[in-house]
Amino acid sequence: MKCRKCGGKATVNMRQHKLALCSQHYLEWVPEQTERFIKKYEMFSKNEKILVAVSGGKDSLSLWDILCRLGYQADGLYIGLGIDGGIGYSTESQRLTQRFASERGLTLHIVDMQRDYGHSIPVLAQATHRGKGKPCAVCGLSKRHEMNRIARDMGYDVLATGHNLDDEAAVLFSNTLSWSDYLLRQEPVLPSSDGLARKVKPLCRLYEKEMAAYALLRGIKYIYEECPFAEGSTTIYYKELLNQLENQRPGAKLSFYLKFLDAKQNGLFSPKDQLLSNLHTCPGCGQPTSAPGLCSFCRMMEKVGSPEV
Amino acid sequence: MPTKLILRDKEFEVKSGMTLLSALNKIDVIPEAVIATRKGELILEDEILRDGDVIKLVAVISGG
Repeated sequence: MKCRKCGGKATVNMRQHKLALCSQHYLEWVPEQTERFIKKYEMFSKNEKILVAVSGGKDSLSLWDILCRLGYQADGLYIGLGIDGGIGYSTESQRLTQRFASERGLTLHIVDMQRDYGHSIPVLAQATHRGKGKPCAVCGLSKRHEMNRIARDMGYDVLATGHNLDDEAAVLFSNTLSWSDYLLRQEPVLPSSDGLARKVKPLCRLYEKEMAAYALLRGIKYIYEECPFAEGSTTIYYKELLNQLENQRPGAKLSFYLKFLDAKQNGLFSPKDQLLSNLHTCPGCGQPTSAPGLCSFCRMMEKVGSPEV
Repeated sequence: MPTKLILRDKEFEVKSGMTLLSALNKIDVIPEAVIATRKGELILEDEILRDGDVIKLVAVISGG
């Protein structure tokens, strides 16, 4: 297979776009596409300060790399979860993230749940009995809380995450199966509101396989091991199902996601200005919460007796 | 000499001379879920696998 741009040997083939590219042209194509989506969805400008949530995985490190290549002001935020799983998962992902930042002279903020709140994520999950024996619910809650806190407290204009198209399609599939309210919130951009930072997903139209190819071709060292708690997760199951569909019908995942966004745009769901109504301020941390009183994160910390909250 | 495919801690052997796509079908791996590399270079599904090739399959799905 030949590169469409130069006729050289192609190394990446995107059947959904009927496009094959060599390594050099692929490494140019990915930032070009990302820039196109940043502008299309009006995510941010070159004058704004961006906080990139980095986990040490291929998507978030690649996103940070791309934003820097495009000339954006992007700092990183790593949240140490204290997950070991017999493979030193958090230790290794933090090491790789710090190495990425130091090699490029980038600013990296680090939150460590154990150091800053006195408990790792698995311990918090155990103590609060949230999540049916798995810490994923506590992990998600804590990450959302901390990402917003750092973005707000350190004066960032926008919080960027490395969610790719497969992430978005899997969440969409899950929420569609249950017709969840979360369908109303799924967007490439969630605008800022009182106490909530603007959240953006610049990779939302790039396939997971494309991001892995980008990381490999750029020589980005990312954590290859899966989070020990992700094994057998519903998200992975849905991604596998969607990949079976994609295998038979190239472009099915992209079409599923884009047609959903079009449908929302055309008024299939409620207007989004209803989403953030009735928010309250948490008396513990000052962040917005859906009900009066402490937010979920502060209630969790109160329950386990953290002195910091 | 067969071709070896490695995915995480699993190893598979297929006959050389077939395409990567045929090999992935044979070992029941969906092409969308992996990137194939040979000697560190990315290869595509139409690549013919040669005698003694060792193909590393990089899993791309994460559960995040």
